[in-house]
Amino acid sequence: MSYLPVTVPGPRIDEVNVDFWEHCNNRTLCFQQCLDCTRLIHPPLSVCPSCQSVNRGWKKAPERAKVFSFVWAHTAAHPSVADVLPYNVVLVEFPELPGVRLISNVVNASEQSLAIGDELELIWETGENDQLLPRFRKK
Amino acid sequence: MSVNQSLMKACITGIGETAYKRWGGMGDRNEFQLACESIQHAVKDAGISLKQLDGFSCFADTSIDASLLQLALGLPRLSFSGSVWGGRGGGPCGALALAVSAVETGQANYVAVFRSLCQGQSRRYGKFYSQRMHADMVGPYGLFSAAQGLAMVAQRYRHVHGFTDEQMARIPLAFRANAQRNPRAVTFGRTLTMDQYVASKKIVDPFRLYDCCLETDGACALIVTTKERARDLPNRAVNVIAAAQGSDPEWGTGAMGSHNMPDAAYITGGQTQLAKQLFATAQLSPKDISVTQIYDHFSAMVFITLEDFGFCERGEGPSYFEAGHGEWPNGRNPINTHGGSLSEAYVHGLNHVIEGVRQLRGQSTSQVDNATTCLITGGSVISPSSAAILGI
Repeated sequence: MSYLPVTVPGPRIDEVNVDFWEHCNNRTLCFQQCLDCTRLIHPPLSVCPSCQSVNRGWKKAPERAKVFSFVWAHTAAHPSVADVLPYNVVLVEFPELPGVRLISNVVNASEQSLAIGDELELIWETGENDQLLPRFRKK
Repeated sequence: MSVNQSLMKACITGIGETAYKRWGGMGDRNEFQLACESIQHAVKDAGISLKQLDGFSCFADTSIDASLLQLALGLPRLSFSGSVWGGRGGGPCGALALAVSAVETGQANYVAVFRSLCQGQSRRYGKFYSQRMHADMVGPYGLFSAAQGLAMVAQRYRHVHGFTDEQMARIPLAFRANAQRNPRAVTFGRTLTMDQYVASKKIVDPFRLYDCCLETDGACALIVTTKERARDLPNRAVNVIAAAQGSDPEWGTGAMGSHNMPDAAYITGGQTQLAKQLFATAQLSPKDISVTQIYDHFSAMVFITLEDFGFCERGEGPSYFEAGHGEWPNGRNPINTHGGSLSEAYVHGLNHVIEGVRQLRGQSTSQVDNATTCLITGGSVISPSSAAILGI
């Protein structure tokens, strides 16, 4: 049982994001990193914003993650979430990896317990089309 | 205040609107018909004929094509048509800037800037659609709508700077009060009290129903020409002192997408460079502005826009508005005198430009005494965004 129903629309895979999502299916959270200047880039982009290189590599996300911001959605902007309101969406930061943030969910938080700065740990859940999605558990 | 007259070659000579109706309320006409109707009204208001209109300017995310507009409106000559990036609310002043460049460079004589929205017959902007940039990184987690994305910014802002529900409520309440004097407003005749606000349903924290812009159907248009041509036309010309597009560096899709703008920029609207450029071009500062129309997709974003455009320091937006500075008639800088997107209509902010023209003609239903300048801002956190200063 995933935090959100598997009918929530999953990612549309394309040439730019395919490696990100394949890493996820191998239970590894990786961010795109420029092979020439080492800049981190998220979401994936086919040209490096710092040096304009097109040589793309990947860097594994560190263990430590925190809540940068969050919301509780009280209305369903898509029919797939109508039965799970309210649910949270969290913007996750990685203190050891400045420069990238990830949108995700925290699976074990209540409206009273979730706060900016909360420490998180990564877990994997199944989404649409069996795509594995990085989600988080509050420590 | 001194305005450098040599800056002002282009002006607005006509405005036109269809009726504005609540989402789904425009059963008898479609988006294209509404666009044509609003342009016809603007042409008539300008005192010209459709035979003289020779340009169209719009902004991204529109269903309407210039070729069919020329055909339907019977233009004998179309010498300019263009659309700027900055879809949804980013582009209204960018489309104005494009029209200004067209008439100032002689590419066209009379350009219609327009926006038509009939969400009742097409997609709703408040619902998920997978074509949005970076939807693949947010949709799987249920971050579907602009309200949800911008609430993420407002939550972080509240964490860093703090604001109360009552401070945020001042914005929808003030704009609704303005709309009660404006018969064109969709909410005309429907007052809003603090009790109603507090009792309204939560959409996404911290936004309640009344913190979110309306979803309406309707269209509006304005006619841009040169000051020289405007001399022979009936209306008082409203000058475009400055109009600019822009967004801050590394913004990307910002809070409308992946939320990976730089840390220091996260609780801004990404309009700081745009604001500086605009005021520098106009050779004006915020204290020279008589009245302001701020893109109000969500109430708390008005705080951030006030800060980006230098009306107050970072974190002071809530106290600035709480002090009444943005309220009509006594505030030093009344904001959204037509009711804004929260209470007049949601036409991606082009109605804010029209209200600016009305203020400078002395025709607003919430008229600011002796108004000589009006700042209009396009949508914050949208990239590229735009802004303009009008003057007389």
